[in-house]
Formats: sequence, structure tokens, C-alpha cells
Amino acid sequence: MVTDALGRPGTVLVLGGRSDIGLAIAQALSPRTTLLAGRGCPIEFDADDVSSHQGVIDAVVAEHGDLDVVVLAFGVLGDQAVDEVDPSRAVAVMRTNLLGGVSAATVVANQLRAQGHGSLVVLSSVAGERVRRSNYVYGASKAGLDGFALGLGETLRGSGAKVLVVRPGFVHTKMTQALPKAPLATTPEKVAEVTRKGLASGAEVVWAPGALRFVMSVLRHVPRGLFRRLPV
Amino acid sequence: MTSLTGWGGTAPSTAEVLRPSSADEVAHALASAGARGLIARGLGRAYGDAAQNGGGQVLETHALQGLGPVVDGTITVGAGVSLDALLRHLVPQGWFVGVTPGTRYVTVGGAIASDIHGKNHHVDGGFCQWVERFTLAAPTGVLELTPEDDRFWATAGGMGLTGVVTQATLRLIPISSSGMAVTTDRTQDLDQALELLSTDDRYSVAWIDLLSASGRAVVGRGDHAEGNDLTYDPSPRLAMPPVPNLINALTVKAFNELWWRKAPKHHEGRESIATFFHPLDGVRSWNRVYGSGGFVQYQFVVPLDADAVLRDAVSALARAKAPTFLAVLKKLGPQPGLMSFPMPGWTLALDVPTALPGLATLLDGLDERVAAAGGRVYLSKDARLRPDLLAAMYPQLPRWQELQAALDPDGVLRSDLSRRLPLLARRQAPRGH
Ligand SMILES: Cc1cc2nc3c(=O)[nH]c(=O)nc-3n(C[C@H](O)[C@H](O)[C@H](O)COP(=O)(O)OP(=O)(O)OC[C@H]3O[C@@H](n4cnc5c(N)ncnc54)[C@H](O)[C@@H]3O)c2cc1C
Ligand SMILES: NC(=O)c1ccc[n+]([C@@H]2O[C@H](COP(=O)([O-])OP(=O)(O)OC[C@H]3O[C@@H](n4cnc5c(N)ncnc54)[C@H](OP(=O)(O)O)[C@@H]3O)[C@@H](O)[C@H]2O)c1
Repeated sequence: MVTDALGRPGTVLVLGGRSDIGLAIAQALSPRTTLLAGRGCPIEFDADDVSSHQGVIDAVVAEHGDLDVVVLAFGVLGDQAVDEVDPSRAVAVMRTNLLGGVSAATVVANQLRAQGHGSLVVLSSVAGERVRRSNYVYGASKAGLDGFALGLGETLRGSGAKVLVVRPGFVHTKMTQALPKAPLATTPEKVAEVTRKGLASGAEVVWAPGALRFVMSVLRHVPRGLFRRLPV
Repeated sequence: MTSLTGWGGTAPSTAEVLRPSSADEVAHALASAGARGLIARGLGRAYGDAAQNGGGQVLETHALQGLGPVVDGTITVGAGVSLDALLRHLVPQGWFVGVTPGTRYVTVGGAIASDIHGKNHHVDGGFCQWVERFTLAAPTGVLELTPEDDRFWATAGGMGLTGVVTQATLRLIPISSSGMAVTTDRTQDLDQALELLSTDDRYSVAWIDLLSASGRAVVGRGDHAEGNDLTYDPSPRLAMPPVPNLINALTVKAFNELWWRKAPKHHEGRESIATFFHPLDGVRSWNRVYGSGGFVQYQFVVPLDADAVLRDAVSALARAKAPTFLAVLKKLGPQPGLMSFPMPGWTLALDVPTALPGLATLLDGLDERVAAAGGRVYLSKDARLRPDLLAAMYPQLPRWQELQAALDPDGVLRSDLSRRLPLLARRQAPRGH
């Protein structure tokens, strides 16, 4: 379908269809049709099985027509203590978040470019904006994905298709259940609202909560020696 | 690749723009269209996405020109000719178009594809009732169509989805003067306006102030004046109070107040064609005043006996404090086109900036009332209709789909509109979306 004049998408596809943030974004956009793709979802989709991505997207398009908004919401946090000593675990995080993301984003971007309209929302993270000692495996996967998505957005300029990179801080979801609450913690609904506004205004990057934009612009430039000692 | 929107400036998409200058070139474009298909585009005055085709081709008709001589009260013109050019050509010769919309800047092809209506619809019918024949370049071949052919009435109001009209022969109205004899009345409420619109004046329309609780209005009724002066000079002049730069409920209220106050209680006099028919054409780029978010025009028609829905819509919009300049109210008559908008009833058209909170829900709710009353929303204005209500609003859709599919079996004709709303029948082997 096609996004209408009031910004309501005809079709939203969530890759990682059980993600709390992904579902909240779909709800906030109130599309005519919501399509959920993931493990155990109405549309079976495994981010790790990159060779299947093209087929999944083709089948969705054949059935439902144009994709107006695609939310790349799958991701794993990993277990830092294990990941940093077990190479196969570290690679597993990269496989899902980075390789899965790169593959799915490329397949989707080709479709949106061919349509001449549509938006790809990429769930990045502030963890990738300045990678920290405490979760550098996950952080590095998001840093890679974030850079890739920004570059992809540049190549799509003029095609009618767009990429929106969303950088949340700590969000209360299944993913962070076991973690202690961090400063500036937010909810999936707030991330969704920031995303909705970003899409409406044609933004390329948004932070959730918005204040993180300024926090991160400082943190990005803190010298390594000092950064090491910060409680972040 | 070019980014295109409709007149409302919303929901852009990118397409390859083609500018053929002959019917042969149009036929060739249709034959060589890619998987995303092709749609015709005139002057882009449809408010929504009817003349957009994201990822595909958009065929601009500007170069399909040609103004023939007037023969037996008819003229043959290229489909890319604007009504502006046509009126400049015709009025000094003592002829007028059968139907003109609220702007001169539409093409003949666009007027056919939307089967447009004017202030005389209740008396004279719509644009295609003044068309004797047209040439349609359809994917299956070039056809000469007359009103005896069902495919003529599938193309009338068919939103470009049956093919590209390249040329048309129009029946004209003889006039002896370029002046309009106009009666203007200022009414206190909606009832008075409905009454005045029910007289048998050839042209009539009411402007309603939706920001007033009463639905007060200014009603203009008229006909071509008698006389012998055929001078026609539509050059821009301010027919309206200055439009505010900043749109909100307050500035619009002030504008509407001024508009209503400046109208006489009752006045009979003369106006020019431009001030009577095309007052908005005198305000430059007025579609930009709504800001970067753009605006939508909501236009619906309900049967004459469903005036309760009309009243409810007026008060719902007034309650929402929608900052709308002067909504337009008109009486419509029957229309033979399968997908044409008019039906005997009341039509209301209004602009609302997309930024109005709650607008989507408000209009979705109105759609439902309109459909339940047997009414419909105008596709040429639409940019947000609930897809599930299309079939109820356009009961001849199945018959239209049959004719459309026969003219375009491979699904070459596509638009953003046809993707947003379920207009096209689902084909067995889709050619891609
Ligand atoms: C200020 C204003 C006032 C208006 N007032 C009225 C009014 O009073 N009554 C009314 O009925 N409408 C009114 N309209 C709507 C307008 O008349 C229609 O949208 C009309 O179709 C616009 O013509 P266009 O040439 O700009 O076509 P576009 O907007 O470019 O295209 C509109 C549709 O026509 C199709 N089309 C265009 N050319 C061709 C062709 N050669 N062959 C086949 N299909 C074609 C397109 O595919 C598209 O579906 C108004 C619009 C504005 C902006
Ligand atoms: N929560 C935060 O604090 C936070 C902060 C910044 C960024 N993010 C990012 O936001 C996105 C959404 O996260 P969330 O918070 O909504 O967490 P979530 O509820 O755990 O959602 C993540 C989803 O990804 C899915 N997934 C994981 N691996 C997959 C695979 N190989 N194939 C298909 N799906 C897979 C999971 O599916 P299963 O249900 O099958 O496990 C899960 O539904 C993630 O990219 C995350 O990194 C989250």
C-alpha cells in the first residue's frame, strides 16, 4: 500500500515481530495492516539465516504489495561476560545484530528503492555510538549496524525511500529485564513516539529519550582515559 | 527521477517522468512501461496521490497540445490543454466550457479522468456529459470512444487507470457576454444556504464558515450575463481578503469573519468569469500557506435526504476547531460515469492542515457516516480514505473493474492511489505491485 497524507502507513512490517519496541512502533503508526515477521511469528523469519531474507521479503510483497514502513527490530543483547571470552558467542551476537541487519536492510532497501517510497527504521542503540567496556560486543554490533544504516540512507537519497536510525538508551523490555535500571531509562511507547515523529518530520537519526542526543554528543568526545573512569 | 506530490503537498513518491508530445509516443510509452507501470499526470491539481506512481513512470501530458476551430459548437483539443488556455481561446469568440472547476489550472485529460463537476452540476451535469468523444490510448490499443460505449463511462472518473486520453471533442456553451449576472446572499445558518442552493439557478455555490457555530454562509448564484462585451482578462487580482501567513484557528477565524462581513446581505450585480468561478486562482501559491506538513481536502457527497449527515459533519468539524478557510457546499445532480463522484445530493469540500490533532480519527469517523448514508468521498481530492469503505462508496466498482481489466489486462496502469485503495481487481498473475 502507500502511506497516506496523514502519515498513516498502509503496511508496516516488523522484522523481529515479537520485539517490544518493534510492536510499540507498529502500534504508534496505526497502519492499515501490520505484518509481523520473526521466529514463531505469522511470517517466519530468522535474522541469522541471511540467505532466506530475499525470499521472505519477496513473498511478503507478492502477498501484500508495497511496504510503507519496515522496522528492523530484531536483536540480541548477548551475555558480555561469556561473549568476551568465547569467540563463537561473540560471533553469534554479530551474526544476528550486524550480519542479519546488514542483509535484511539491504534486501528491504532494494524493495523500497524500487517502490519509489517507503521508510526503513533501524533500531540501533546509544551503545553503538560510543562503545563501552561493559558491553562492547553488543555495542560493536550496533556501531557497525548504525554506520551501515547511515550509509544506506545516503545511497537512497533521491530515490523516494528513506532510512531512519533510532538510537534508544535503556528501554524497559524483555531484553533488559535482567539488567539493573540505567539513568534516563525509557519505555517502548516513548521510543515509538520518538520514531513516529522522526518519520513524520523526515529525520535521519533520532534518540530516545531525546535528551540522549546531547549526552551522547558529549560522551562521544570524552578522551579514552576519562571515559574509562566514567560510571556508564 | 523526480519526487512528486499532489496539490496538498503530502505523501511524496519518486518516479520517472515522461513527456510525450504525440499520441504515438504515448502508445509507445504504454507498450514499454516497466514493472511498476505508468500513470498520466496533467497539472497535478488532484489533491492526493492520483497522479503519482512511486518507482514507476508518470506521463506528463503537457506536450499534448492543440486547439482546433469551433465547429457546430464543439472544439477538438489536446488532452494536455488547460482550461485556462481554453477559456482564453473561447471566451472572446463567444463560447464557454460546459463545466469549469474552482480553478482554471486543470487539463482536459484531468477533467475527464476526474469527471469534474462545477457550480452548474445540478443543472448541466458533469464534464464528461459535455464530451462528444475522446481518443484513449489504452494498453490494448488506441480507441475512439463516444458516450454510447461503456468504456467511455469507465474512463470518465476512472482516475487515469483505463489509459491515457490524448484528445477530446467538447461541446460548448454559447455566451454573448464575458460577464456573469450574480446574486449574492449572506445567510445566518446552514438551512438558509440549503434553501438558496435548491433554486434552479444555473450556477450556485455556498461558502460556509465552519469556525462559526451556526454554519453561516455566503451563497453565490448566477448565469452568463446578456450583452456584447466578450473581453476576457483573468489576470490575477485579489478576489479574496489577504490570506494569513500563519494558519491557526484564530487567523482563519479572522479571515472567515472578514469574508462573511464583506459580503452584502443581498446583492444583484455583475462579476467577471475569473472572480465568479476561479477566486482562488487570484491568490498565488495559496496551497503553501498550510505549512510544510501540507493539507488534505475532504470532500464528500451525501444523498439529498441525508442532510442530517451533512449537518453532523459541519458541527463535528466546527467542534474540532479545524482551521479551515471557507468550506464549499453545493448541490449535485446525477452522473452516468461508473466511478464519477457526483450523485443527487449535497457535497461539502474543505481544506484542513494535516497537523490538526486527531484529524485522522475525525475523518475516518465521517467516512463511516458518509458511506452508511449511501454517500461517497471524492477520489480526486482524497489522500486518506479508509480503504475498506471504497466498495461501499462506489457500488459500480465491480463493473468498472471488469472494463478496466479488459482495457489493461497486464496491469500497466498503476498509481499511488491505486495502491493505497483497492481500486484494481486482483489479478491472477500479478505483474508486481
Ligand atoms: C483549487 C482547486 C479547485 C478545484 N475545484 C474543483 C471543482 O470545483 N470540481 C471538481 O470536480 N474538481 C475540482 N478540483 C479538482 C480538479 O479539478 C481535479 O483533480 C482534476 O482532475 C485536476 O486536473 P489535472 O489536469 O491537474 O490532473 P492531475 O491532478 O494531474 O491528475 C488527476 C487525475 O487525472 C488523471 N489524468 C490526467 N490527465 C489524464 C489524461 N490525459 N488521460 C487520462 N487520465 C489523466 C491522472 O492520472 C489522475 O488520476 C479542484 C482542484 C483545485 C486545486
Ligand atoms: N531494550 C533496550 O534497552 C534497547 C536499547 C537500545 C536498542 N535496543 C534494540 O532495539 C531492538 C528491539 O529490542 P527490544 O528491546 O524490543 O527487545 P526484545 O523485546 O527482546 O526484542 C528483540 C527481538 O529480536 C528477536 N530476535 C533475536 N534474534 C533473532 C533472530 N535470529 N531472528 C529473528 N528474530 C530474532 C527476538 O525474537 P524472540 O522473541 O524469538 O527471542 C525478539 O523478539 C533490538 O535491536 C535492540 O538491540 C534495545
